[in-house]
Amino acid sequence: MPVLRIQTAMDVIQYILIGVFVVATVVGYLLIHNVPSRLHTPLMSGMNALSGVTILGALLATATALSSNNPVVGYVFGSLAIVLAMINVAGGFSVTNRMLKMFGRKKENNE
Amino acid sequence: MNSSIVLSFSTAHILTDAVYYSLCGILAIAVLLGIHLMSKVEKAHLGNKISALAIALSIVITLIKKDILPVWLIYPAMAVGLIIGLLLAKRVRMIEMPQLVALLNGIGGAASAIVASFAFLSLYHSDEVFGKTTASLAIVIGTITLFGSLVAAGKLHKVFPQKPVILPLHQLAAVILVFLLLALVFLGGFFSLAPSSVLLAAMIILAAAFGLIFSVRVGGADMPITISLLNSLSGVAAAIAGFAVTDILLVSVGGIVGASGLFLTQIMCRAMNRKLADILLGKTALQENKTKKQEEVKEEQTGEETEPVDPVSVIKNAKRIIIVPGYGMAVAQAQHLVKKLADRLVENGAVVKYAIHPVAGRMPGHMDVLLIEAGIAFNDVYEMDSINDEFKEADLTIVVGANDVLNPAARNAEGTPIYGMPILNVDQCKNIVIFNYDLQPGYSGVENPIYARKEELWVIQGNASDTLAEVLDKL
Repeated sequence: MPVLRIQTAMDVIQYILIGVFVVATVVGYLLIHNVPSRLHTPLMSGMNALSGVTILGALLATATALSSNNPVVGYVFGSLAIVLAMINVAGGFSVTNRMLKMFGRKKENNE
Repeated sequence: MNSSIVLSFSTAHILTDAVYYSLCGILAIAVLLGIHLMSKVEKAHLGNKISALAIALSIVITLIKKDILPVWLIYPAMAVGLIIGLLLAKRVRMIEMPQLVALLNGIGGAASAIVASFAFLSLYHSDEVFGKTTASLAIVIGTITLFGSLVAAGKLHKVFPQKPVILPLHQLAAVILVFLLLALVFLGGFFSLAPSSVLLAAMIILAAAFGLIFSVRVGGADMPITISLLNSLSGVAAAIAGFAVTDILLVSVGGIVGASGLFLTQIMCRAMNRKLADILLGKTALQENKTKKQEEVKEEQTGEETEPVDPVSVIKNAKRIIIVPGYGMAVAQAQHLVKKLADRLVENGAVVKYAIHPVAGRMPGHMDVLLIEAGIAFNDVYEMDSINDEFKEADLTIVVGANDVLNPAARNAEGTPIYGMPILNVDQCKNIVIFNYDLQPGYSGVENPIYARKEELWVIQGNASDTLAEVLDKL
């Protein structure tokens, strides 16, 4: 049965999550240097797709809600979240791919 | 309970904790690698694929580890989202890219807000302060992202007026909303006084109001920065929703996107010589009204029409040519004609380069995408800093549908929205031919003093695809 929150060792998990968040934030911040401005649009679009990772939460929340007291309402809203997050992920990556494919193709033709 | 809905077999044991957390670490690193590669021109394509694969695998291991795999009811929703997303990406025209990014971003924020709402409602009567506080915060940030992005997308798509809208007491209202939202997050996290549904509704309504107020006063060239900031915010919303549902992958990927999105926003601000704080406080918007009073205005409407020299012959005789494309070119769908013109000129022995301002189009990099889509060679397209010294020596600059990015008012007209923005040094060029729709100010609303130049300037007014075609015929 899916569980929305892990109930055991809650305190430890909180600290682990906060630690992971801090590390991810610092590394993410250090990651990008001197991005040429011609890549800003694809990069923004790609990162936008990544923020659709919230689909993991949507899946978990929906599955949990289905086994709760109010499965129908939970299913409706959970499905909405899944659909939205999936649009974000699929649309974002595929449109970024479309843009970057053109960059790559022209580059090869030139050289 | 509900055994008819949720199948009862479990898959969690397939992935032991050790394996699962190792995979999470590997996937987080894959995402980092993907973003890193995406900031390099040659590797960007690969970077995007790695990121996409990492997210796909994240979904798979989450389904297995969290026992969701047998819950077949989630699959229709996934399929619907996948199809809509792919269709959107396939159908969108490149010129509409900025609003698509804004829209997708808002959608992601909405999803995070919904996820957090689930966590909030299920934890509300427990004493899990951490879970409740993070859930409240994610609801608020996700909702702000949604409404802020919708306004941004609407403005870019011209559903809403593009000029900044300033309400009475705008600043005060924004500050009050921030305090109210913080109070609600505090209430939601630490106390359980009001019914959960009331608190949830209050958070969503106030956050929506703040998102609207935040975006509606941003205008002109600041929109891309706003979108980038909202993009970072949607990553933060995902990460905080991850806290609320204790999902380590969600926390890490969301955190990465939030931070690198913020850094990208800063890079953009630097490229446009804007301060993030000014944009957040609506500084441009407040100054917008003064622009009409600029002194250059008086001298307008005299520059063109009386040229004794035919611009076509100027174009024909130039050997070193720089083309400055702007949003007007994209609107007129004239990029293919621009390419034709350039090809013709190259046949005549001229050297043609393209100069791209960092914010040409509606977003940094947008113009590059449009030109390259039209088949223009990647190596002929130059960023502003690498070509700006060449305007002095070039024989001719051809401007197609660009205005603000070459407006010398940015150098000296203090108090205008574009003051201080680095511009293309088109005014230093010997000869300038401008294909613009009209002589009206650009997106920023600031008059362009270049039009007042009496000599070596030819302005050909009209839709760029018509005027370019005419000139092409005469060449």
